Amino acid sequence: MKREKYKSLRTISRQDSVVGGGPLCAGCGGQLSLRLFHKALGENVIFVNAASCSTLLATYPFTPLSSSWLYMAMGCAPAGAQGVRDALDILKAKGALPPENDRKVVVLSGDGAAQDIGLQSTMAAIYRGLDFYYFCYDNESYGNTGFQTSASTPYGARTATAPITPSSPHGSLHERRDLFEIWRVQKPPYVATVAAAYPLDLSEKVYRASKLSGPKLFIALSPCPPGWDFEPEWSVEVARLAVETGIWPLKEAIHGAVSHTYVPRKFKPVEEYLKRQGRFRHLFEPERDAETIAHIQAMVDDYWQTALRDSPTSFLPRNAGADEGGGVKQRRDNDAKHL
Amino acid sequence: MTRTMLTGNAAAAWGARLAEVDYVPAFPITPQTEIIDTLARWCRDGEMPAKLVMMDSEHSMLAAALGAAATGVRVFTATSSQGLVYGFEMLYAIAGLRLPLVLVNVSRALANPITLEPDHNDVLSARDTGFLQFHCETSQEVLDSILLGYRMAEHAKILLPVIVNLDGFYLSFTREPIDVPNLAEVRQFLPGFAPAYSVLSDKDSVALGATVLDPSLYTYFKHQMHHAAEAALEIYPQIVAEFGERFGRRHDAVEEFMLDDADYVIVMTNSFASMGKAEVKRLRSAGKKVGLARLRMVRPFPVDDLQAALRGRKGVAVIDQNISVGKGGILFSEIAAALYGLIDRPPVLLSFIGGLGGRRFRPGEFDGMLERLERSEETSAEMARPHLLFTAAECREVGRFFAVAEREP
Repeated sequence: MKREKYKSLRTISRQDSVVGGGPLCAGCGGQLSLRLFHKALGENVIFVNAASCSTLLATYPFTPLSSSWLYMAMGCAPAGAQGVRDALDILKAKGALPPENDRKVVVLSGDGAAQDIGLQSTMAAIYRGLDFYYFCYDNESYGNTGFQTSASTPYGARTATAPITPSSPHGSLHERRDLFEIWRVQKPPYVATVAAAYPLDLSEKVYRASKLSGPKLFIALSPCPPGWDFEPEWSVEVARLAVETGIWPLKEAIHGAVSHTYVPRKFKPVEEYLKRQGRFRHLFEPERDAETIAHIQAMVDDYWQTALRDSPTSFLPRNAGADEGGGVKQRRDNDAKHL
Repeated sequence: MTRTMLTGNAAAAWGARLAEVDYVPAFPITPQTEIIDTLARWCRDGEMPAKLVMMDSEHSMLAAALGAAATGVRVFTATSSQGLVYGFEMLYAIAGLRLPLVLVNVSRALANPITLEPDHNDVLSARDTGFLQFHCETSQEVLDSILLGYRMAEHAKILLPVIVNLDGFYLSFTREPIDVPNLAEVRQFLPGFAPAYSVLSDKDSVALGATVLDPSLYTYFKHQMHHAAEAALEIYPQIVAEFGERFGRRHDAVEEFMLDDADYVIVMTNSFASMGKAEVKRLRSAGKKVGLARLRMVRPFPVDDLQAALRGRKGVAVIDQNISVGKGGILFSEIAAALYGLIDRPPVLLSFIGGLGGRRFRPGEFDGMLERLERSEETSAEMARPHLLFTAAECREVGRFFAVAEREP
């Protein structure tokens, strides 16, 4: 991806729209992603929140957000966003809302709402072409309720509802559902995966999306220290390993056309990612579960091989020749070291 | 003012149009659809400068209604039965945010068994949500109640949403002569919407629906809602009087029909009250001193008006067109509680369950109810239990259905 706006960390605003001291967990990958997302999006935002960990951001009488906030329910945040967007447009048409006071409407949810209970209202918002952002912080579980399996939970992960027991020592046995693809096949203007360990990639994607009108999805990989079981200071590193192992491809789709925005020069083995997290500890202790690890590696390999074979153009820079590195050999984005 | 023939559903659409609502999120369900079809046609034609959006469910419909109301526009929506309970979570969400919108419910009995005709288990399931509720007998009342509803909902001392209820089929599809007021007259009564508190379109940021983790704080907010509903009881007579002066129609919280010298009173709601009134007239002509009280406002519960209508009578029969399974009539319990503290409370208070799934009253049932009231030897144990209206002829009819269902192919 050729970056137009975010070429170095200095281009990221120092202004914080999500300040610290909120009630979310230490090292919350979701909040870190949201903070970067909001910096890039700017002010004049209305968040429409689906029940999730993030619902605790606004706990009366405090909010760490400089923007407006509307709590909905778990299953219908995109429908609430429809009402907010329509009302803003009605007020603008009446002359009751000056254009400079118009707002960007952002659904904020976890993967439980994005993948499961809220999927219907999401599909309907896409169908209607609602002009909104959907920011899903994906901690691969129902995190707020104590880390139960969601449709985002990866194969082999331990959750509260897929505990490791003597008779079932494997964790979750479902492959995670591909939310990116569910959106992409409908060809909305913008769909992207992001990770807080790659802030320039994340910020540039917000900038690119901001020029498009319609449904815009951001799925932010959000390492969850208590749920994934690692120390809070490792959140950025865990997110980086997810990308460097190829488990979490950084990509975007504009009107359905996919681009991989960052491809590791040399993929690390998935093991390096898995062994950092307690939710995969049973793959290494008391004995190494070589079969499951190999299965996870095979799924990752298959993703990249299939992508290279079936959509080689997704590895081309948007503007050939003008990009930094580009293609599968695109230069490693190591911004996260500076975070 | 124009006099014309309108169905209950068309009257509802006219109510929304005359209230100059800005926004109508919609989802179809029989028997409500004529309302949204009518509004959709007007919005498309430009006859009504509002935006109607088809949503993916009643849950989403009410979510969009919430979002738009929280952003500062006047919102109308309508549903029925299964739709109301499908979106149920959002009723509490809307009322808890004190958003002053109007929702029309076209009553229809709830599955299972799935059916089409009305009873009130749907709308009464919402009695605890914080929505005010007007239950209508006529199409005229539907139109008028929507206008009254916005005045009440948007009142700075109330700020609670309103449900206007009408019976499916019996009222939704029945054409009646209606006075449709002029828009200019309506504007005098109901000016444009001006939010009383912060909304999302304000220049300054606002957080609506923040998490409240302190039990006392939660209690405070719920008490505030209750106080607002109590205030609505005091404000309603003023608003209804103003409406009466402008439009010549009164819609009291409790309508009194032939009550003046009545020893016995039948309490009913909604369109079936018209059948009750016809029966009362018939019984009056036979010399019986009986009248009817129609509970028009169900929330807030008009305790004083009910006490005034029922105290000192020899007997009262409450006909509930609903059933709280394992308990009986929902309104009976509420009316009994309202009368309990009166020294001159009626000595006989009986509960009848009728009209479930649209079941009509059978000849002789009102005579039977009156006879039960007149026989004052009812024990308190009998009074506490509901009488389920069902006739021997119906039993035989049901037996015929069973025989067909059980027949070998």
